[in-house]
Amino acid sequence: MTWLRLAVANLGLSPLTSAVNVLLMSLGTASIVLLLLAGSQLSDTMSRDARGIDLVLGPTGSPVQLVLSAVYHADMPPGNIKLEEAQRWADDPRVEAAVPISLGDSHRGFRIVGTTAEFAELFGAGLATGRAWDAPLEAVVGSAVAQSAGLAPGSSFAGTHGFGDGGHGHEAHPYQVVGVLEPTGTVVDRLILTSLESVWDVHAPAASHAHEAGGDHEHGHEHDQGHDHDHGEHDADHDHAGEHDQDPDREITAMLLRYGSPMAAMTLPREINAAGTLQAAAPAMEVARILQLVGIGLDGLSAFAWMLILTAALSVFAALYGSLRARRGDLAILRCLGATRWELLVALLLEGLLLTLVGVALGFLAGHGAMEMLGGWLEESRGVALTGWTWIPAQTLLLFSLFGVGAIAAAIPAAQAYRTDVARTLAEG
Amino acid sequence: MQAPAITTDVLKPQPTGLPSGSEPLAVDVTNLGFSYGDTTVLNMARCELQRGRSMAVIGPSGCGKTTFLHLLAGLIRPVTGTIRVLGQDLDELQGTRLDRFRGRNIGLVFQRLHLLPALSVTENVLLAQRLSGGRVDATRVATLLEQLDLGGLEHRKPSMLSQGQAQRVAIARALVHSPALIMADEPTSALDDEHAAQALALLHSSARRVGAALLVVTHDQRVRGSLDSELELRVPA
Ligand SMILES: Nc1ncnc2c1ncn2[C@@H]1O[C@H](COP(=O)(O)OP(=O)(O)OP(=O)(O)O)[C@@H](O)[C@H]1O
Ligand SMILES: [Mg+2]
Repeated sequence: MTWLRLAVANLGLSPLTSAVNVLLMSLGTASIVLLLLAGSQLSDTMSRDARGIDLVLGPTGSPVQLVLSAVYHADMPPGNIKLEEAQRWADDPRVEAAVPISLGDSHRGFRIVGTTAEFAELFGAGLATGRAWDAPLEAVVGSAVAQSAGLAPGSSFAGTHGFGDGGHGHEAHPYQVVGVLEPTGTVVDRLILTSLESVWDVHAPAASHAHEAGGDHEHGHEHDQGHDHDHGEHDADHDHAGEHDQDPDREITAMLLRYGSPMAAMTLPREINAAGTLQAAAPAMEVARILQLVGIGLDGLSAFAWMLILTAALSVFAALYGSLRARRGDLAILRCLGATRWELLVALLLEGLLLTLVGVALGFLAGHGAMEMLGGWLEESRGVALTGWTWIPAQTLLLFSLFGVGAIAAAIPAAQAYRTDVARTLAEG
Repeated sequence: MQAPAITTDVLKPQPTGLPSGSEPLAVDVTNLGFSYGDTTVLNMARCELQRGRSMAVIGPSGCGKTTFLHLLAGLIRPVTGTIRVLGQDLDELQGTRLDRFRGRNIGLVFQRLHLLPALSVTENVLLAQRLSGGRVDATRVATLLEQLDLGGLEHRKPSMLSQGQAQRVAIARALVHSPALIMADEPTSALDDEHAAQALALLHSSARRVGAALLVVTHDQRVRGSLDSELELRVPA
């Protein structure tokens, strides 16, 4: 208590220096905390979303784009594939589950996914209220969609072409909400699920509710053009819009597969890719690749943040060491009053650790706060739900490292204090 | 008395009837020699001070008075000779044990006061009480400050005190833990007659209350006259 009070009082003697030290320490700490939280949650969310999906079938092209669009719903789909062709692989005995998805529209930024009932099962999402769809233009919405767009069983909404705001509407084909899914913490929370037929219907000729009515090339063409001119940024999906109705060659965006046995991972992707017309991408591998790239970026930022911490440590060192000269008399008098060398050492360490403590505490607070704010913004703009109110094991390690850094910064001044020559100091005044 | 090369004398006769002979001397110095490098500063055959007694240490500037106090406090080690304080041979104490012994038994008023600038007046005195290993007694601190006419300045920082006020805080700090040996280095140099008398009275009464020995380095006639004996140091030849 005595030494703590003395340490606080001494820091209070030079408030500006102390404040700068605390600020430096907290800036560095906040940056590292933010990076740790973002990195770990990103990899957590990504692996959680891909947990039930072993393989994605899509058009040839970038496997990363295929996985990002079909599993994470974060990128434009690279194009479409023929349902029939994909179905051949889905029927393979090595495949346990196969779920087709068809993308192209959205509502208030939430993607509308034409799929089958098994889709929700891939993510382990059950119904919270309502029922599953059983007719075209009935939809089941994820929990985040329901909350944010204010949808509940009984409400209806119109899809918008493309994935951003400002695509042209499909007001002629409003969806009817029949169910809401439980929150799962996965991407499903932010999706609107409906039958494949619904998606095909919406993009079918306006007059044709009978969707088997055969190809309407004219309509498809018009649709394409309008889309090109007005909404150039949505062109990744316009093929789909233009060609889906070329029955019987129904098209889907991708097919999600789950293996029956781990052995399938050895053979199936290679066979599919060798066949040439389709591409098979394994989310686990693509995620690893993405995270590796992200990781390199995070590491770079981390190194920068540690430089800040190092600067803070140096500044703490300089402050303590500098004040030591002015305070040698104080230290000597403490010895005369009965303090031991060790107590003087502790007194100096305490000052360093106090600066560290306040800096680190503020840094953690700021880091978590910034993560929460960034998370809120990312959720709104990108649909990636990250939170600041979580604690990951790496932070505990960080905490100890930071106090280690603080202790090292104070160690040399503390050792000086330990060695103070009392009489000479008092004599010199 | 002995006439060693350079030293000392007990000039005044010791009053009788004070502590019993069996009690160890507060200060018991034999054949003390000290030098800074090649410069001999002190050379003293013998010096004794009983508990309950007081002694003035006098001599010209630079003759080694402060050095002598530092030796008695165990802050520096003699080159030759032995120093016993309250029966304890300081040579036998090392490190932490010496620090603790000093904190508990000795009260020092420094020539350059050395108050801690970060702490208030009260905190400065409380700290000494705590470091001495004794009970923390805020009432005693308050009383002491009151006796030294420092009431109302309790929460001031030393930098906001006058020299005389600071000197009295330093005296309070040296007395707060009721040490058995009180040593003061020019404690009245900055005090007017009234406050000098007050401080001196407090030094005496504090010593009397616990039967402590009082050693005062001083040029001040007001002080010399009130002390039992005198030790005169001379500049070595
Ligand atoms: N650390 C030191 N190194 C070398 N010489 C010193 C040191 N401290 C003091 N001296 C010398 O030792 C001698 C005694 O010093 P000391 O401080 O004991 O004198 P003093 O009697 O207290 O003088 P004053 O009345 O001026 O306070 C002086 O000549 C001084 O210059
Ligand atoms: Mg002196």
